[in-house]
Amino acid sequence: MSESQETTSQTLYEKLGGEAAVNAAVDIFYRKVLADYRINRFFDNSDMEKQIAKQKAFLTMAFGGPNNYSGTDMRTAHARLVKMGLNASHFDAVMEHLGATLTELNVPQELIAQAAAIAESTRNDVLGK
Amino acid sequence: MRSITIGESTFSCQPDETVLETLLRENVQVPNGCRQGLCQACLMRSLDTPPPVSAQNGLKDTLQKQNYFLSCVCHPEQDMTVALPNQQGASVEAGVIKKRLLTPDIVQLVLAYQSPFNFFAGQFVNLKRPDGLTRSYSIANIPQHENVLEFHIRRLPNGQFSSWVYDELEVGAQLTISEAQGSCHYLPGRAEQPLMLVGTGSGLAPLYGIIADALAQDHSGPIHLFHGSRDLNGLYFVDEMRELAAKFDNFHYTPCISGEGIESNHVQGRAHDIALSSTETLSGWRVFLCGHPEMVNQTKKMAFMKGASMADIYADAFHVMQEHK
Repeated sequence: MSESQETTSQTLYEKLGGEAAVNAAVDIFYRKVLADYRINRFFDNSDMEKQIAKQKAFLTMAFGGPNNYSGTDMRTAHARLVKMGLNASHFDAVMEHLGATLTELNVPQELIAQAAAIAESTRNDVLGK
Repeated sequence: MRSITIGESTFSCQPDETVLETLLRENVQVPNGCRQGLCQACLMRSLDTPPPVSAQNGLKDTLQKQNYFLSCVCHPEQDMTVALPNQQGASVEAGVIKKRLLTPDIVQLVLAYQSPFNFFAGQFVNLKRPDGLTRSYSIANIPQHENVLEFHIRRLPNGQFSSWVYDELEVGAQLTISEAQGSCHYLPGRAEQPLMLVGTGSGLAPLYGIIADALAQDHSGPIHLFHGSRDLNGLYFVDEMRELAAKFDNFHYTPCISGEGIESNHVQGRAHDIALSSTETLSGWRVFLCGHPEMVNQTKKMAFMKGASMADIYADAFHVMQEHK
């Protein structure tokens, strides 16, 4: 089997590097989010361990990895934040950090676009639209 | 078929069932969330056998070492006895063999136990006096064959337990100690990693144990301890720490006083500010934080922002100052 064939048969999650890639990305991503004054109030939780676990779940999903999240789960999980004023501009900011994180990790643009598309597909559920 | 024992009950885990599914089917209340091994809501602990490695993915290394696992992704490979994180295991009796003042505010208490007792330096136990009043205190020593536990107990204004320890507890008295808890402790491996330890007041107790443990396990990277207090009464073991620094080239000690107008030869300022400004980056460091909850939580975030990986930050916040620790 040639290399290119092997690459095409891989899932996005495998191409990105699976769980190891999520682990490499999560600290970088969460640091960007916490440093962003536009959105950090939605993420500022005294229990940072739990927050990190949630960010890992998000990245695993965006990377096309195994997840069981349904649209309803997304809505329920973010309902409290929507009440706090969560809107499209905040979602955009998170998308920005996702892209920047993957760029920082030298992920090819084409794969970043695929991950971004998966994350983008949750927009309406996250924002409770 | 594997069996799952929790408390007094034993259930059969059906083929393909996870530990969480078995327990929920049997109406055992187990908190849970994502059911895919990510959110860690369903954290449990195996009391007898090591859990499958795949059920420990993403957990802090110290929790893995203590056989914690995520029940939603745990397909048992053998029979297991499990407990929820807040379920207490067996307790043991211990007698007071030493009590002395370290400062006017902090007393050193040494207890001896007979029954087998396992712990990591830096963990805490619940101390229970005969009438049932219970408080958590951190262990300040490393496991040794002498079978003793050392505690540094700060007298709190109106602290029921700490006042009793000060005024009434005598050598020879018996206390009940719970099993050791907490994930803020040293693990060997990565011996070259620089360590930063920040503690306020009796937060030195677990850090003292962690440092002794790291040195006993030949940690070769630099170890930086910052111990802070508002006044001189909260700063103790200064001579002991200086002796340790003289003995080990890689151990560095910085006592800090944060109160205004106090004459001392210690560094003036808050321990965590001084610690964080002492290095350009914390990328690659292992960080231990113990003491005042506000200091611990703030510093945790600041250390993370300064480059420390969340997996490398170990914290023990001494909550409810009036009643705990």
